[in-house]
Amino acid sequence: MRRKSALVMTAVMVAATASACGGGSSDSKTIKVAYQKFGNFIGADELFKKIKPVFEQQNPGLKLKLIPIEADENSYYTKLNLMRRSPKTAPDVAYEDTFFVNSDAEARFLMPLDDDLKSWPDWSQFVDAAKAAGRAADGHTYGVPMGTDTRGLWFNKQIFAKAGLPANWQPKTWNDILAAARQIKARVPGVIPLNVYAGKGVGEASSMQGFEMLLYGTDDKLYDDQTKKWVVPSRGMGAAFDFLKTVYSSGLGPTQQQALDPHWSDNVGGQELPKGKLAIALDGSWLPQAWIPGGANAWPQWSSVLGTAAMPTQNGQAPGKVSLSGGWLLSVGARTKNPSAAWKLVQLALNKENSLFFYIKATQVSVRNDVAADPKYLEGNPTQKFWTDLVSVTQYRPAYSVYPQISNQLQAATEAVVTNQASPRSAMNDFAGQVKQIAGPDKVEAKS
Amino acid sequence: MVAVDLPERTATRRPPARRGRRAAGRALPLVPAFGLLALFFVGPILWCVYASFTDIALTGAGASTPHLVGLRNYRQMFSDPTFTKSLWLTVVFLIGSAIIGQNIGGLILALLMNGRRRIVRTVVGIIVVGAWVLPELVAGFMWYAFLSDTGTLNAILHAVGLHGKSWLYSMPLASVTIANIWRGTAFSMLVYSAALSNVPDELLEAAAVDGASAFARLRHITLPLMRRAMLTNLMTITLQTLGVFTLIFVMTGGGPGTKSQTLPIYMYQEAFKFYHLGYGAALAIVLLAVGGLFSIVYLRGMRKEV
Repeated sequence: MRRKSALVMTAVMVAATASACGGGSSDSKTIKVAYQKFGNFIGADELFKKIKPVFEQQNPGLKLKLIPIEADENSYYTKLNLMRRSPKTAPDVAYEDTFFVNSDAEARFLMPLDDDLKSWPDWSQFVDAAKAAGRAADGHTYGVPMGTDTRGLWFNKQIFAKAGLPANWQPKTWNDILAAARQIKARVPGVIPLNVYAGKGVGEASSMQGFEMLLYGTDDKLYDDQTKKWVVPSRGMGAAFDFLKTVYSSGLGPTQQQALDPHWSDNVGGQELPKGKLAIALDGSWLPQAWIPGGANAWPQWSSVLGTAAMPTQNGQAPGKVSLSGGWLLSVGARTKNPSAAWKLVQLALNKENSLFFYIKATQVSVRNDVAADPKYLEGNPTQKFWTDLVSVTQYRPAYSVYPQISNQLQAATEAVVTNQASPRSAMNDFAGQVKQIAGPDKVEAKS
Repeated sequence: MVAVDLPERTATRRPPARRGRRAAGRALPLVPAFGLLALFFVGPILWCVYASFTDIALTGAGASTPHLVGLRNYRQMFSDPTFTKSLWLTVVFLIGSAIIGQNIGGLILALLMNGRRRIVRTVVGIIVVGAWVLPELVAGFMWYAFLSDTGTLNAILHAVGLHGKSWLYSMPLASVTIANIWRGTAFSMLVYSAALSNVPDELLEAAAVDGASAFARLRHITLPLMRRAMLTNLMTITLQTLGVFTLIFVMTGGGPGTKSQTLPIYMYQEAFKFYHLGYGAALAIVLLAVGGLFSIVYLRGMRKEV
């Protein structure tokens, strides 16, 4: 009797386990779209909720299944790629960071869209820099851009007035920025003159908003697309480290403790700028997302208090200003059972009307010429035109799978400089050694 | 995960055939449990061991076609100064917060509460256990709020005219160690309170009559009788502390730099920020080995008869 019941138990257990593993089967009638939904960022969720009924009406017999992934950027990516490891859970369409196009194409998670794009009339409306962001090293394009972001200087006009600086400030060189910061330090005590992110605390912000905004304004870059090598050490890189050293060692920047706090980038947008404690911030176009009504730190006066200026190149060399961009794509999964329906969804989601909807909801900078010219796109955010114009000079980060590690070492190197643990020169040489180890010595070149 | 070492029973001799059948009968009800354990516990560990010998990754070529790379992950690990530092930080964190902090703190609390009035025991018990039942995330956030630059501690110090400090920045490991002691001491206290109630009063009274001091009674009667409970407790809190991730992640994120980057934080970074699942798995195996090493020491201690 006992034995029998045990057997039954075993059978029940095994059956339960087996069925639990078999859930979520996929068919060609259901199109699954995975995207990020996190904190302030609900733009993608609103977009797909908006087009779900439209898509199902236009394509009778098909169902659109929304898979919002609630996670920060890093965890979103982890979860997405874990889903992609199994054909049963792999989404047909996914919200994909431009930055991972190369490595995800290499992993064969993405489907090339070249032929589809050729026959899509809307494709000609997309700006070239953004088109290139969806193109991997193998020459194929793996996604349609959903907008982008740009980077530059925010400054507080009230503090500037007290310091005797103009409200239409536009520095021409790095020295102009330092001169303004020194003037603020001398005349307006109690505020942080200039914030440039550095150190590991704020993560990628110190690589991208901080160091690379400096480096890409010199004659050198982090990666040479021609020689396909990482460029380290270089003269421009040395100058960028020197700039950080100047800012932090002469009291023009935040304290070391502030800069290395993991929450510092949230504090800059959430407290330091709104409370008038920070004069100049080298930061991103998306900051107003938190200040608009309903944002995390609603601040209606932001557009009258803050001004914007393009980040100048080191000595004013052409093109005079610099910006870096990230941005996201809609990509079709390589394992989709219904590629044509998946492509139809991408077309629908990123047509003119829906692109505009998404740009506004997600505080994105437009990558479509027709949307950028639309008055509805510019209204509501007085800085939108400024940030959109930067798209003409913007550059993307080297999108290779080793970049996150190299970026991590770069953050450590900036931390060593701003905390005086290493001189700019020795930090750069240490960093060069790390890059050689990560990318391989034959993939690194020095420029001086 | 409490491993309990049951004393072996000396079985009376039976004919081998009957003994075999009886054993099978006894084992049968265990099959579902073993099956589930094998599927959800042993399986992942074996996969982890396998993965640690491959270049499997979340993106890039290693995502679609992982290759066996032999000992490459382990060689890389032992030539990486970050790993050595993380291992060292983990051991310091373990000894400081679990073996010394929680263990001794719990013992002292239990001894102090033993024989007090009921109301005192209840109040102290609620406060201490309150810290323990809080989710790790909440505890981590509370300690961040307490120790951060503009946090409660600095506000109190300023109010009495003292200068505060950037605690999480200047002493990150000490901060997370204290937070972990605060959070985990209740568990040790509960274990020791239970063990103390098993120490027979007659023995202590007899010793007192014979003129043994309070310390001598503790040293020669109470502690030896609690030895098993102590080792079980040590093993449990050691394994728990080795796995502490949320608390550190919330309070310092492993920083500044790598000053509080224990193995779990390092493992997370490698596997889920740099997407090297294989290397992360190798780190997990090392963490498992460290836990195993400590467990063996404790288990050996338990086997000795008092």
